[in-house]
Amino acid sequence: MIRRIVICLTAACLAPTVMAIDTGKAFEDPAQQERYERIIAEVRCVTCQNQNIKDSNAFIAADLRREIRRLMMEGKSDTEIADFLVTRYGDFVLYRPRATGKTLILWIAPFLLLLVGGFAIVGVVRHRMALPLDEQ
Amino acid sequence: MNRYLLPLVAVIVFLPFLVLGLRSDPSKLPSQYIGKAAPEFDLPTLRDNTRNLASADLTGQVSLVNVWATWCVGCRAEHGFLMQLAQQGDIPIYGINWRDNRPDAIQWLAQYGDPYVASGFDEDGRVGIDWGVYGAPETFLLSQEGEVVYRFTGPLSASHWEREFVPRIAELGK
Repeated sequence: MIRRIVICLTAACLAPTVMAIDTGKAFEDPAQQERYERIIAEVRCVTCQNQNIKDSNAFIAADLRREIRRLMMEGKSDTEIADFLVTRYGDFVLYRPRATGKTLILWIAPFLLLLVGGFAIVGVVRHRMALPLDEQ
Repeated sequence: MNRYLLPLVAVIVFLPFLVLGLRSDPSKLPSQYIGKAAPEFDLPTLRDNTRNLASADLTGQVSLVNVWATWCVGCRAEHGFLMQLAQQGDIPIYGINWRDNRPDAIQWLAQYGDPYVASGFDEDGRVGIDWGVYGAPETFLLSQEGEVVYRFTGPLSASHWEREFVPRIAELGK
């Protein structure tokens, strides 16, 4: 009984590797393969938006992987591949959108909010420090 | 009074964004080609491998380009409406048969009717990617010059047609 449970659990643990989307390597060269996997991990699947195209078996994800392989074989740079995707699907397709005019707000908003929060804290603390001590 | 002023201003500033956020549907992506020339393509037609449907064929009149496939449920849903549009004959509809297989697609048109002037056969989905297609059915409205005026994702219906397409087509006709 225990053995069966162990076998089942082991199988369950192995399942994700068995169900990997791209079986077999796209590139012989390990450096190229690594670059390929890095790129596809950062491209959003446009029909299944919370997945990257590395993890998705949607048609469109398979097509985009094929296009990225083709572009890599043509010797295109990472920037050129990103351009190819953004021209067709917009900045949304990249999980790390490039800092252009339209996406600048995404990049600076966290720092702006931090700044606002910082000012608020300083303001509150100053205000409290100015209060007479015996008020509590 | 003063201590409530700042939060109030903050809420007023953020409110429009929050309301907009609720109203926008993140699963609908805007086309990158609005106001730009439709991406060039040259595909064999579905019915006849020796003939081609190319971007040049689409210029000269206002036209619709409909991306469809037999495996696409939404395409079946909008097919009746496309047939109706084709019968009215006000605007030519071109099809891009996307990631499909030829016998199935031809059979489909024989069974449900063929609203298309011609359908390009995009077997491996390359043209679909060039057009920024992310899910069939998609319908593009093209100007006389072959510019993308509007793109709709999902099954087309009479109400959506009246609301989004008709005014744009009227604008183009001027």
